[in-house]
Amino acid sequence: MIAAIALVIGVLLGILFRPTVPLWLEPYLPIAVVAALDAVFGGVRARLDGIFVAKVFVVSFVSNVLVAALIVFMGDKLGVGGQLSTAVVVVLGIRIFGNAAAIRRHLFRA
Amino acid sequence: MAAIPESPAGQPAENGAPAAGNGSPAAGNGAQGAENGAPAAGNGSARRPRWVRNHRATALIGALLAMLGFALAVQVRSNSQTDALAGAREADLVRILDDQNSRIERLQGQIDDLQAAKQRLSESGSNNAAARQEAQRQADALAVLTGAAPAHGPGIRISITDPQHALRAEELLDVVEELRGAGAEVIQFGPVRIGTSSAFTDSGSGISLDATLLQEPYEVLAIGDPNTLDTALNIQGGVVNTVHAAGGEVHIAEQSSLSITATRTIPTPKYATPTGK
Repeated sequence: MIAAIALVIGVLLGILFRPTVPLWLEPYLPIAVVAALDAVFGGVRARLDGIFVAKVFVVSFVSNVLVAALIVFMGDKLGVGGQLSTAVVVVLGIRIFGNAAAIRRHLFRA
Repeated sequence: MAAIPESPAGQPAENGAPAAGNGSPAAGNGAQGAENGAPAAGNGSARRPRWVRNHRATALIGALLAMLGFALAVQVRSNSQTDALAGAREADLVRILDDQNSRIERLQGQIDDLQAAKQRLSESGSNNAAARQEAQRQADALAVLTGAAPAHGPGIRISITDPQHALRAEELLDVVEELRGAGAEVIQFGPVRIGTSSAFTDSGSGISLDATLLQEPYEVLAIGDPNTLDTALNIQGGVVNTVHAAGGEVHIAEQSSLSITATRTIPTPKYATPTGK
């Protein structure tokens, strides 16, 4: 509950302050957001499974974001940034779908 | 890539198999193992007050999710801005530039084609306009010549009296011929426009022109150079002399502008068709 409220507050702050994304962060922010979403979905699933651990969630959230950003960064350095960020998005997307399916099974028993 | 599946939302996997995840009994996970109802051996001992941990963890999670929401909003906003190219990669930019360049070439080709077409069309259009103008000019000239259209211009007004009715059709025809000879372009004799088929005929009651009986005095209008027309009528042995000899009078008035409103209908040729052109 608190987490959801915090999410809404964050969105509101983002809409309210309308900051511009700094140039160096521009390639990483979307990937980081997707990675964080993946962690959030995983956390929700764990919560529903009754196996949620705050520490695991925090660590997974942070490491997810960092690893995703790192992969994109390395991809940029190697000259395959576009492809690699696509790959990251695909993998994270698959995981989000999997977690969403598990959540759905919990919520709707279907 | 291999790093990701292991770390984050792999949570369920980590926690779902507590034997593996909690195998090394960290202080924190012991409680978790018990909580989850999964049998973890020897983890029961080290417990902290739950509310302290919960408080901190909740705050941390809240902070992380707030950051996520913030980043989400920022990213969505920056993505929906018009200048999408600002965040694009160099390779993408090069590709986009190439695309745009080839598009420019294609469109330039289209522009050339269309301009050539426009040139062609405007040329044929001006040709058409010239042809139309020429045709109009000819139609005007023919209308004046055949008497189909009213006309105006400088000319003379002639009034011929013939109190003794001594003038015959030939004398009146002489008037017309004299005027034509002097360059009259349009002639109206009495109420009748003179055309190519005009004919004076003597009849018992007088002289008729194209089946119209002429009334004395004869009013003649002629468009042409007034001076020349005047002179032509006044030459020795000409119209004026003839009329005088017949006992009549001729009044000639030179006019800088007179209009002739009588017209003739143009007969449709029955036998002749124009040849060539």
